[in-house]
Amino acid sequence: MLSAEWTKARTLSSTLWLLAGAIAVTIALSAGVVAATRCTSVGCGDPARVSLTGTYLGQAIVAVLAVLAISDEYSTGMIHLTFTAMPRRVPVLAAKAAVLTALVFAAGVIAVLGSMLAGRLMLPGNGFSDYPSLASGPMLRAAFGTVLYLALIALLSLGLATAVREAAVAIGCVLGLLFLFPLITAFIGGNATLQRHLDQISPMTAGLYIQATTGLRSLPLTPWQGLGVLALWAAGALLLGSLILHWRDA
Amino acid sequence: MTELLRSEWIKFRSVRGLVIGLLLIPILTAGLSVLTASGSQCGWGYQTPSGQQESGGCSAPTGPGGELVQDTFYFAHQPLTGDGSITVRMTGLASSALQPWAKSGIIIKANTVPGSAYAAMMVTGAHGVRMEWDYTQDTAGMPGGVSAATPRWLRLIRAGDTITGYDSADGTHWTKVGTATLAGLPATVQAGMFAATPSDQVTANSSAAIIATGTFDHVSIAGNGTGGTWAGTFVNSGPPNPPGQSGPGGFQQTSTGFTVNGQGDIAPDVPGNNDSTGTPISHALNGVFVGLIVVIVVGAIFITAEYRRGMIRTTFAATPARGKVLAAKAIVLGSLTFVAALIGCAIAIPLASHQLRNGGNVVDPLTALTWLRVVIGTAAVFAAIAVLALALGAIFRRGAAAVSTAIVLIVVPYFLAIALPNLPTVLSDWLMRITPTAAMAVQQTIPRYPQVPAPYGPSWGFFPLSPLAGFAVLCAWTGGALWLAAWLLDRRDA
Repeated sequence: MLSAEWTKARTLSSTLWLLAGAIAVTIALSAGVVAATRCTSVGCGDPARVSLTGTYLGQAIVAVLAVLAISDEYSTGMIHLTFTAMPRRVPVLAAKAAVLTALVFAAGVIAVLGSMLAGRLMLPGNGFSDYPSLASGPMLRAAFGTVLYLALIALLSLGLATAVREAAVAIGCVLGLLFLFPLITAFIGGNATLQRHLDQISPMTAGLYIQATTGLRSLPLTPWQGLGVLALWAAGALLLGSLILHWRDA
Repeated sequence: MTELLRSEWIKFRSVRGLVIGLLLIPILTAGLSVLTASGSQCGWGYQTPSGQQESGGCSAPTGPGGELVQDTFYFAHQPLTGDGSITVRMTGLASSALQPWAKSGIIIKANTVPGSAYAAMMVTGAHGVRMEWDYTQDTAGMPGGVSAATPRWLRLIRAGDTITGYDSADGTHWTKVGTATLAGLPATVQAGMFAATPSDQVTANSSAAIIATGTFDHVSIAGNGTGGTWAGTFVNSGPPNPPGQSGPGGFQQTSTGFTVNGQGDIAPDVPGNNDSTGTPISHALNGVFVGLIVVIVVGAIFITAEYRRGMIRTTFAATPARGKVLAAKAIVLGSLTFVAALIGCAIAIPLASHQLRNGGNVVDPLTALTWLRVVIGTAAVFAAIAVLALALGAIFRRGAAAVSTAIVLIVVPYFLAIALPNLPTVLSDWLMRITPTAAMAVQQTIPRYPQVPAPYGPSWGFFPLSPLAGFAVLCAWTGGALWLAAWLLDRRDA
């Protein structure tokens, strides 16, 4: 079953393009932001978060890849073939998830390495005088955590797409869920407790706490707790997808 | 063409998903706007000496121009009836953390009620001598700071409704700085010295309460009613003080003149400024981005569903002029989403404003014309984005590609500009000018004031382009995409 999913994934040309696109876009946005970031009078930003700014766009492409992995089967009607060959549906979803995770992991490692390298090269020149070594604990955590973050985003998108089936609607739901939570939270004025709670449950905001290396005390969650929130979202989405997969006609 | 429009309309309304999506636009836009507005709060509270809790919502007075203003300062004044003048020499403006717009000088004000008309000549922390009147007007006088070695002479002359400001370095050669016409100025006004400073925006400790002290001598005031004792008033447009506590500030008579110290600002209330209380109207339309995602999905699916089902061949067989089909789709989609968004915004603004006021927030007042521009403008933005998604769908022929491209072009730039506080301003400005998100400028209702320090970012309702320019950028994107789509439709197989 795994090899069937792997064959499907690698023979689709869009898979390679999307993975390459995710890597390119992440590194490009990170490099662009890093080149333009200067220290202000208030202080320098978080070096890891600034270097990894490209994650915001890279995750969108990863989400599209994950949604297409299952929605394409529905739109071409190949899902009938898949479920005829393998009547047990949830293991099919699990195999897809495994292949997807492996692909996104590999692409994520390249993208994160590229972004951190851009930060290492350009940020010390822009005023980040004590730029921590890339091998130090927090920086490693930020880098590795971001790779995990991208994989979790892919799983979250896969789960939602399995539930929704239509590619366009699924992408709208996933990107909406990710980007609109912090947008809406930003506009609730004067209610710091409500904003903190909303930040704690938002998949993208909480998930990206894994990138934080400074100001940890002011965050509503610890970095790993934040990534855990995203993991919960991904698990919930996969569960929802599995249920719908199980109960509805193909 | 009429037949074409009719057939596209039938196609739209017969797809259950598209109709549901269209209905979701006003529901989600208005719903989420009201929901986030209910979460917003603004208020003050203190404990009286007797142990009671007093609290209340935020409030801000409106100036003569109808805009929300901050009017907090310490006023050492005398009444002045009819024409007259006031002249001082200032030898210092000091503060524990001197702000660029800390101000002290002379002022002629209709009365001591916050929000009343005034004209003032002042020295500032970093912007030299200024003449300001009626909150929004500000003119530069002599540059350079004030000190004992570089004193500044300031003069205000009142003639009826007109107040003219002069400055001088030596007290003999005067330069006119500006003329203020304050319509309806009462016969008896208050004239005197004042001091105020906005809260600390220079260092990171922005909650520190600081005071500015102005040093005056050679004070002379002429006119009916003057010549008596100076009265000191803490003019306050902010939260009230607990009883028994007079506001920060005061004035002392020294051997040579006076010192006046005070806190606050006399300026328009600008959202995002540390001391502001007003909420821009864009905060009553927070649901717009949810609505936009629905609009994008509806617009893309309207054409990509035909490709998926193969129905596009039937459509093009019935109408070989493919550009016309695209145009008909655009017209039907645009009109439907315009109406849906119009309803959504028209409901969202009053309901959300009501919820904001319930939470103690002060909603910036709008003229009827501005309100119309915001509502109709936002609905037009929805329609243009729907057509952009339609064009992208025709270009890519796949719903996933069209939706993700549209979201990356429209939602992600806005998100990056708002949610990343450390993003360099040059990047977020550039994002707000080039991408279709520039059209959100239709929601900007408050102009930028050079004399009020504030972030002036999109999260506070400020955009780099004017409403019309921003909408033009979106139209350029949509038009370009439509043109490319029509060209590709003609050249490619269905």
